[in-house]
Amino acid sequence: MQNRREFIRISALGAGGVAIGLSSLQWTKGSSLLGNMSAAGGRNIGGLNRFPTYCEICFWKCAGWVYINEDGKICKIVGNDTDPHCNGRLCPRGTGGIGMYNDEDRLKTPLIREKKGDGQTFREASWDEALTLVAANMKQIAEKYGPESMVLFNHGSPGHHLGNLLKAYGSSNIVAPSYAQCRGPREVAFEATFGSPVGSPEPTDIRDTRCLVLIGSHIGENMHNNQVQEMSDAIDKGTTIITVDPRFSTAASKSKFWLPIKPATDLALLLSWIHVIINEELYDKAYIAKYATGFDELKKHVENMTPEWAYGITTIPPDVIRKTAKEMADASPSVIVHPGRHVTWYGDDTQRLRAVAILNALLGSWGRRGGFYFHESLVVPEYPIPEFPKPRWSWKEAMNGKYPMAALSVSNSLIEATLPNKDNPYKVKGWIVAGTNLPLTMPDKENTLKAIQALDFLVVIDTMPMEITGYADVVLPECTYLERYDDLRAEPHREPSLALRMPSAKPMYDSKPAWWIAKQLAEKLGLGAYFPWKDFSEVLEWQLKTFGTSLAEMQKIGVKMFPRSKGPLYIDETAVQEFKTASGKIELFSSLMAANGFDGLPSYTAHPEPPEGFYRLIYGRAPMHTFSRTANNPNLVDLMKENSVWVNPKVADLQGLKKDQYVWLENQDGVVSSFPIKVRVTERIRWDSVYMVHGFGHHDKNLKRAYGRGASDSELITNVMIDPVMGGTGMRGNFVKFITSNPRKENV
Amino acid sequence: MRYAMAIDTRKCVGCSDCVVSCQTENNVPIGYCRDWVVEVMAGTYPELEIELRSERCNHCSNAPCVRCCPTGASHFEKGGIVTVTHKKCIGCGACIESCPYDARYSHPEGYVDKCTFCLHRVVDEQLPACVSVCPTKCMYFGDLDNPNSSVSNALKNRKYKVLAPEAGTQPQIYYLT
Repeated sequence: MQNRREFIRISALGAGGVAIGLSSLQWTKGSSLLGNMSAAGGRNIGGLNRFPTYCEICFWKCAGWVYINEDGKICKIVGNDTDPHCNGRLCPRGTGGIGMYNDEDRLKTPLIREKKGDGQTFREASWDEALTLVAANMKQIAEKYGPESMVLFNHGSPGHHLGNLLKAYGSSNIVAPSYAQCRGPREVAFEATFGSPVGSPEPTDIRDTRCLVLIGSHIGENMHNNQVQEMSDAIDKGTTIITVDPRFSTAASKSKFWLPIKPATDLALLLSWIHVIINEELYDKAYIAKYATGFDELKKHVENMTPEWAYGITTIPPDVIRKTAKEMADASPSVIVHPGRHVTWYGDDTQRLRAVAILNALLGSWGRRGGFYFHESLVVPEYPIPEFPKPRWSWKEAMNGKYPMAALSVSNSLIEATLPNKDNPYKVKGWIVAGTNLPLTMPDKENTLKAIQALDFLVVIDTMPMEITGYADVVLPECTYLERYDDLRAEPHREPSLALRMPSAKPMYDSKPAWWIAKQLAEKLGLGAYFPWKDFSEVLEWQLKTFGTSLAEMQKIGVKMFPRSKGPLYIDETAVQEFKTASGKIELFSSLMAANGFDGLPSYTAHPEPPEGFYRLIYGRAPMHTFSRTANNPNLVDLMKENSVWVNPKVADLQGLKKDQYVWLENQDGVVSSFPIKVRVTERIRWDSVYMVHGFGHHDKNLKRAYGRGASDSELITNVMIDPVMGGTGMRGNFVKFITSNPRKENV
Repeated sequence: MRYAMAIDTRKCVGCSDCVVSCQTENNVPIGYCRDWVVEVMAGTYPELEIELRSERCNHCSNAPCVRCCPTGASHFEKGGIVTVTHKKCIGCGACIESCPYDARYSHPEGYVDKCTFCLHRVVDEQLPACVSVCPTKCMYFGDLDNPNSSVSNALKNRKYKVLAPEAGTQPQIYYLT
């Protein structure tokens, strides 16, 4: 069957006609893109100019300085000492952010899909032509189906600019996979328990903790910067670390206790810890009496969930469960049972995170020094614009009554609404995709591609020719974070702060910032009133004035700290503490969960186990890469070129696998990895599981360094277990076996 | 004065920020490095131990690379820092062969290159790039002759080792274990 939307490799384009990077000398002279930036915006240090930024390589958004050498070229990026996200020390990805700028495979010019003979191809286009085409298609979708049928999938900074465009256009279907594919369950669970979601960065007081419990969370392999720094300080102080992981992670190697749990049984361990802490009366009695409700129901609920019961499920010996529970209680309230970040594992994730929240409550750690602090942020006012039109329907209606506790839009639900279905009144017909590579971000790649085929129109805005761009009707090249202004960073922390991102160099090639793209599109759609400024720096100037500072000051300092104004960092024991739950207390039994038809207390349910000859596929992060977006970054590829599949030596023996041998992986549904992956034989993993780092196995040949290197976990995740509470996509119920000879030989 | 580095293997997570920061600070070409991370694992499941080490030139007090250099390009700078004068280097590679730590490489421009302890920063009273950027703060740099320097302090209360002590090179990178 001929695809309506054939995948086009951008490399298929002729070499001619590609815009060449402008001379670095030209940009200092009054380009409108650069707004009022001048060399004076930076500071001259040892012959280098420096400009403030905050990092876009991951969501931690560390603030830093971008140094420009005498030739006007970006030469290095270092952390900003004032910034609490990084304390002057960027992680390898932040330091290597320069590679995102220098990557010669970047998208260089707008591209438009067109027919060529029997096939399809991209041709280069001017911005005006490309944007006119996008606007025309958006108009057509609005007229034919209503503006609500247009969805924005986004990750990171472009989201707000394009989100405003979409809202002005009449759709509130704005979605980030970081919710339903990542941290959504913990936000819902903590909100149900404490009345506040965890938020990002997590308010874990690792700096002052006496016991840190990590469950499938691998700090040190994820480089959530100030958490890594604080964990390092904790190691220095001899803090107890307890790591629960089927893999001997880096964090496990720094831990007093490593609990190599059987995968998919974490909830049983958590419940048995709760049992021990209640039955041995190790909980914070005063805290529970003063702040919590539902203790009696909880006590009765976990009555039989003994360590002996959990042993049979988790393979963790009862004495270890008791000993570690005692360690936590001894440290209470300076103990953190870390909520983790990517927590969409088995489809009962909200309930598992509820158990994490309950455990923290019993240990009295929420709102306590060394536990969880109350973070605070500034609310940056929106620049005055007309009121957005009210959409007739939103992502909420599109869920058709499912996932009642989803607080943010659910990406998989909007993909489902894109699939052809006569009975669906909430049809999605157009996508704007910005900064997220959906074929690798979403589980069940085939399903995502099916939805793409059903679209009337797909426009992709990215810096790199990620796989998603190959399916676009129009591709718009965004400049990197080092070449643009963006919204102020105002993420919460111990003290509120603002951080500025400004261009350090003129955008390379014919790339543009997302704010410019959004504004141009708005004007073409007759929505220019929503972008009533010439340059985004005007918005920043206006916003900064409301905080008593200015663009000029922020260009010099990059980060500005503000005093707390909304209450203390920890619970004030002498004052009345209100929690934003229905009861005003910490809800061990969640009335909100019960009211929505879910169990008010979490229970363990067994999940399917791998069939014979198959191993559970688990995946995670490497410190030098972020998702699939850094896989072509020259500096970071230098540190790690491909992923490998971790295999226990017993499994290697049984399956006849040798160290460094390349294998293909086939999952329970017969899906075979597109590319082979290297075997890493290591004692660091259980014999019932295999592990790989996420983000490799890229399909687009134009990603010259990333193409075909390693395997993609996403394409092997075809069994997706949806969390009925909030729509999270549980991705750890997939099993793989090894194929040692090329299964696609006949095609080669 | 005796510059040295102490690296806490208990804190290092092997993130390789030291490697990429060195590349951008010293303009090391992509595909080459002056420092690198080694992971050593011992034991069998589930009784395991990992040591993570950031490695580089050991700036040996008894440096075979300096001794064997036919042109004097490899030499000692202030504080015992071993560096290569690129202009004097003929790229013969004798130093590469002599180094028990494999710390040197042939730069594509024809000379031998390696870690300088970021001499250009040190003379400006700044820490080497790798030390200044490390998110785990596992590296300590300073003057061993000064009993109050951060490196001296780091070595006071901890067990430590050096790499390949049998080579007799008197290496000046100390690993806290």
